[in-house]
Amino acid sequence: MDFLNYAFMQRALLASVLVGITAPAVGIYLVQRRQALMGDGIGHVAMTGVGLGFLLSTSPVWMATIVSVLGAVLMELIRWYGRTRGDIALAMLFYGGMAGGVMLINLAPGGSNANLTSYLFGSLSTVSQSDVVAICLLAAFVVLVTLGLRRQLFAVSQDEEFARVTGLPVRALNLLTAVTAAVTVTVAMRVVGLLLVSALMVVPVAAAQQLTRSFAATFAIAVAIGVTVTLSGTITSYYQYVPPGATIVLLAIAAFIAMTALATPLARRRARAAAAAAQAAGDPVECAIPATRKARGEAGV
Amino acid sequence: MENTMEESVIRLRGVRADLGSRPVLRGIDLTVHRGEVVALLGANGSGKSTAVRSIIGQVPLSAGEIELFDTPRRRFRDWRRVGYVPQRTTAAGGVPATVTEVVSSGRLSRARFGILRKADREAVRRALEQVGMADRAKDSVSALSGGQHQRVLIARALASEPELLIMDEPMAGVDLASQEVLAETLKGQVAAGATVLLVLHELGPLEPLIDRAVVLRDGCVLHDGPPPKAVGQHALPGHDHVHPHDAAGTEPIRTGLLS
Repeated sequence: MDFLNYAFMQRALLASVLVGITAPAVGIYLVQRRQALMGDGIGHVAMTGVGLGFLLSTSPVWMATIVSVLGAVLMELIRWYGRTRGDIALAMLFYGGMAGGVMLINLAPGGSNANLTSYLFGSLSTVSQSDVVAICLLAAFVVLVTLGLRRQLFAVSQDEEFARVTGLPVRALNLLTAVTAAVTVTVAMRVVGLLLVSALMVVPVAAAQQLTRSFAATFAIAVAIGVTVTLSGTITSYYQYVPPGATIVLLAIAAFIAMTALATPLARRRARAAAAAAQAAGDPVECAIPATRKARGEAGV
Repeated sequence: MENTMEESVIRLRGVRADLGSRPVLRGIDLTVHRGEVVALLGANGSGKSTAVRSIIGQVPLSAGEIELFDTPRRRFRDWRRVGYVPQRTTAAGGVPATVTEVVSSGRLSRARFGILRKADREAVRRALEQVGMADRAKDSVSALSGGQHQRVLIARALASEPELLIMDEPMAGVDLASQEVLAETLKGQVAAGATVLLVLHELGPLEPLIDRAVVLRDGCVLHDGPPPKAVGQHALPGHDHVHPHDAAGTEPIRTGLLS
């Protein structure tokens, strides 16, 4: 446990716990709305914010937050008003954001693509004290929204049309989801990196739902997987000198494969239990064909 | 009790709506009175789904006005009085959810700040009992059959104990057993004084409940009156819908699945 003695590791571990909580907590709503790749798009847009932060020599984390929130709001507006070419508009936004980031960082005095690398793939040693403060504040916002409004967000993500008839402010909630996703991207940016953020939003949820039947359980297990893989990935990268982002994502995918392997025997056991319960209740699951009835052998085609 | 002078629950006046550049509703007048059960019939593309979706504010109007409980729809906020069953074949989303979780969203219109209290959980359980799904409350919706999905969607609409039920093709893709359960559920609601507007392809097992049928064609109201009797060929799916009072030479309205 010698890694706990280093201040940079303490910061990195704190950041990775927060990432492990927030990324799946937002991701579950994106997966529910079948917008699993939205996080990826926001990650691209956030690059412009990082570049802008370098150029103006302000905090890249806060700049990335502002730009990715604007990008997420723009994406949501395109979804409302965009007609058939919505996907093209989104593609423009994604790649424009990425190109903008590369351009701005090269314009910055003494800046080069090397500065960008730690934001793209994550890095342990570069999580600074001020980054940790920013990450804590942003993570608190994400947790407040995803837990406090879970019933509203569940209803809107499950069936938007119905949610409108229950009187929920559907557009405001959609915007809030987009903003929360954008904030999560910048929370995760320092540890996992912008290019791999989306994986941490989606893969733990996908892994959890191999086993679960309810939304609440999926949420809890996805967050548990998220924290487990971010912590173990961070520690692994300390000992093995491998990039934390890639380690975390590969661990998450390993968790997905393990859960999928577990899912089949579990489903079989549940089916048996359900059949037994039905039998006990005197409700025949299958109609038994009487043994006395013989095949007549007359039917032909 | 509500004001007894309140007569109309839904009122559409000269409603027009376009989807893209295509006019889908071309001047619909329709009034549904308290306690009435009205079926909206018509062929595919006649505008019946759009009419219902315009009532709940999902389709913008290009002209005309809509009132819900004598309040212009734009200013209508009392959504707890409305239960809506959208036209969809599944209750499932991209993440597993139990039957109870899905039905609980229907209670949000009555729960302040989205906090479900004991009375709310009771209402959700009652709604599930009404559609005969109480024993499946903890099951994942993705494990249900088509008819059971529809029952869950109806329970979700009933969870807020609405006075007005709006249903868009509740019988689509529903097996016979579930159809009967749904007809029973609806009968209970009507007996308790609910007002119902249904989009239907065929009257089917709901026929005895329906007070009035409104037939749409090409975005216009073609018939508004007692429901056509299902006798002989009428009882078959894909029948020609001919009214005795139609002027000679008018085309039969096809309301069946095969038209």
